[in-house]
Amino acid sequence: MTEQNSKILILESEPDILMRKHSIEDFPNESCGFMYGYETETERIITIARPVINSKEGDQKRRFEISPFDYMKAEAFALQKNLTLLGVYHSHPQHPAIASVHDLKSAMPFFSYVIYSVMNAKIDDVKSWQLKDNGEEFYEEEVRLTILNTVNKIQTT
Amino acid sequence: MAKLIIPTPLRKYANNTAFFETDSFTVDQAVEALTTEYPELKTHLIDNNGKVRSFIKVFVGDDDIKALDGIDTELNENDVVSIVPAIAGGVQALYEQIKKWH
Ligand SMILES: [Zn+2]
Repeated sequence: MTEQNSKILILESEPDILMRKHSIEDFPNESCGFMYGYETETERIITIARPVINSKEGDQKRRFEISPFDYMKAEAFALQKNLTLLGVYHSHPQHPAIASVHDLKSAMPFFSYVIYSVMNAKIDDVKSWQLKDNGEEFYEEEVRLTILNTVNKIQTT
Repeated sequence: MAKLIIPTPLRKYANNTAFFETDSFTVDQAVEALTTEYPELKTHLIDNNGKVRSFIKVFVGDDDIKALDGIDTELNENDVVSIVPAIAGGVQALYEQIKKWH
């Protein structure tokens, strides 16, 4: 089996728009937050995104961190809403949407790591990454967007 | 009984359960009981020196056990123990990335 858990990641338009807006608003700093939803046999569907504060002390243009309290709240929210905490999103200001060694260092299994590349305050790209079972590298997940046609509109607002 | 909350990304190693109840007296015992019940969890929680991994924090209620008695923190009836993975990352310098691509 290659990419054992590989499912198509579907970003519903509402969370996708929210994550894009958040990533643009926080530019040139990195934005971050959690993603919730549900899974089928072949798909992982993100229905809700919730921004959290980038609690990194220091260079937020190049790093993000989520506080343990925000993490615990995220788990509680998922239980309360009967959704699954499916992953984390963050932005890469002026960098491609490629997962970095820093992203890999604390990556957890199972989570989808969605990265929005923000170039000159505009969304340039989105990719999603998941840790391989060997725990040593990421593989890229197939992402299906549902808002393709509205992207330009968002960026000009 | 204290209740442990298993973080979502590790639930696949714990029979997809979110909670683990234990009558352990300390955090150390509770983690031991948890990893005995679900041995696959062990490598994700414990490092080679038998300590909780550096990227994992343990909270009893709202308190990081580091601010209490660490792994020896005592548990009371109805305590909620959260296992919290560090969530962090960032970008890497472009030259590092280019090196990786080639
Ligand atoms: Zn990153």
